[in-house]
Amino acid sequence: MTGAVPEPVLVARGLRKRYGAVEVLAGVDLAVASGEVACLIGPSGGGKSTLLRCLNVLERPSGGSISVFGEALCRDDGTGVRVAPERTLRRARSRMPMVFQHFNLFSHRTVLQNVMEGPVTVLGLDREAAIDRARRLLRDVGMADREDHYPDQISGGQKQRVAIARAMAMAPSVILFDEPTSALDPQLVKGILAIINDLARQEITMLIVTHEMKFARDVADRVHFCDGGRIVESGCPDDIFQRPRTARLADFVRSIHE
Amino acid sequence: MHRFFFREVPEYFPFLLQGAWITLVLSLVSMACGLALGLAVALGRLSPYRAVRWPLDAYVELWRDTPLIVQLLFIYFTLPEFGLTLPAFWAGVAGLSLNLAAYLSEVFRAAIAAIDPGQRQAALSLGMSRVAIYRRVVLPQMFRATLPTVGGYFIALLKDCSLVSFISVNELLRHANIVIADTFDSMNTYIMVGFIYFVMSFGSARLIGLLERRLTPRHQRHGAAMLPGPKGAAA
Repeated sequence: MTGAVPEPVLVARGLRKRYGAVEVLAGVDLAVASGEVACLIGPSGGGKSTLLRCLNVLERPSGGSISVFGEALCRDDGTGVRVAPERTLRRARSRMPMVFQHFNLFSHRTVLQNVMEGPVTVLGLDREAAIDRARRLLRDVGMADREDHYPDQISGGQKQRVAIARAMAMAPSVILFDEPTSALDPQLVKGILAIINDLARQEITMLIVTHEMKFARDVADRVHFCDGGRIVESGCPDDIFQRPRTARLADFVRSIHE
Repeated sequence: MHRFFFREVPEYFPFLLQGAWITLVLSLVSMACGLALGLAVALGRLSPYRAVRWPLDAYVELWRDTPLIVQLLFIYFTLPEFGLTLPAFWAGVAGLSLNLAAYLSEVFRAAIAAIDPGQRQAALSLGMSRVAIYRRVVLPQMFRATLPTVGGYFIALLKDCSLVSFISVNELLRHANIVIADTFDSMNTYIMVGFIYFVMSFGSARLIGLLERRLTPRHQRHGAAMLPGPKGAAA
């Protein structure tokens, strides 16, 4: 990247999260620039998913601060964490929806209704416009012929396509992906990664927790290695995968090549 | 037999139907109140605040662990001692709906807890408000899942209404007892009463069945052949 560094849309400083005695995040500093595709990699239990869930305050952080689009979602004044009012959180979430490992489609709604839900209830779009938007997005993810199916009638890979369309329907600035291919059969993974790859070419900022290293290397502008509740190393994919500076990252990179 | 069909039925049946009408109205009003109250109690018992949960827990236990007839007698005969006098019909509504709500709140609470929390997280992550999440995601699934059970409670309620004859509501059973006092013919009167209860309950069960069918997507309906899944479908 050359020239002026773009304004970060997503900043976390000293982010901590503990469950009882277990400290899952031990002070994470992270910045994601506008339009950037950032991948979070690292061993299981390293805090990647928790970090993602803290960023949109699905989980309440135990310490540190988060700001999104220049607006503080939570800050730590030394006496404890202050979370922004519900309305601020909702607005931020609607601009950076999340795609989940287990899809989490609304099981009582059809594919089309799943994609329409956000635009109608949150953005206040009228039904006709929401239907048009949903149909266009379903076509983009190859699900146009399944719009009247219910989630229990389609496969895992198809559910994830719908979930991505549901996130895209918010016309988001950022999308958070939480291991989007981890629950899928190997032959379905490729299709989902191809869709994310297409999105990466648009101007959408993406933060992706993934175990797909080849994908991270191909699509990411920046890779963050997360281990032991901290971001141990950050850099461009070549540096991270070919010139690791820390022993922990070197071990991790070696372990995935074995 | 001749006497039954050509004298008693024409003479007493309309009077019994009047009672049945009261039974039906009482059931419907109590059901509406019981549903609303049961839902409120279920939501309250899911509250993070102990001060909200504790009294509701106590209410549910108290009402489930005492007989309905005692509750009705208490409301009609004992509450006036404390300055609260209700007309018989409304005392019946209060007793039946408070009792029903205690049971329904447990049904609703279990159904809400059974909904995959991932769906709520997905709704939150789209920026939906808590109210919108309940209205759009949680409650529709809860109602569909509990409809057969709630229907069963309605049929039970229709018949439990006979208990309010003890607090002088002029419903079906009380009218029957008036007829018997007049004719001394308990057997034939109870045959008519049983027939009326059966028709009301059976009719309700069929209506609830239809409603359930309407609210269930075609492929999930009982007895529907599973639609062929897409190629390579995992589920």
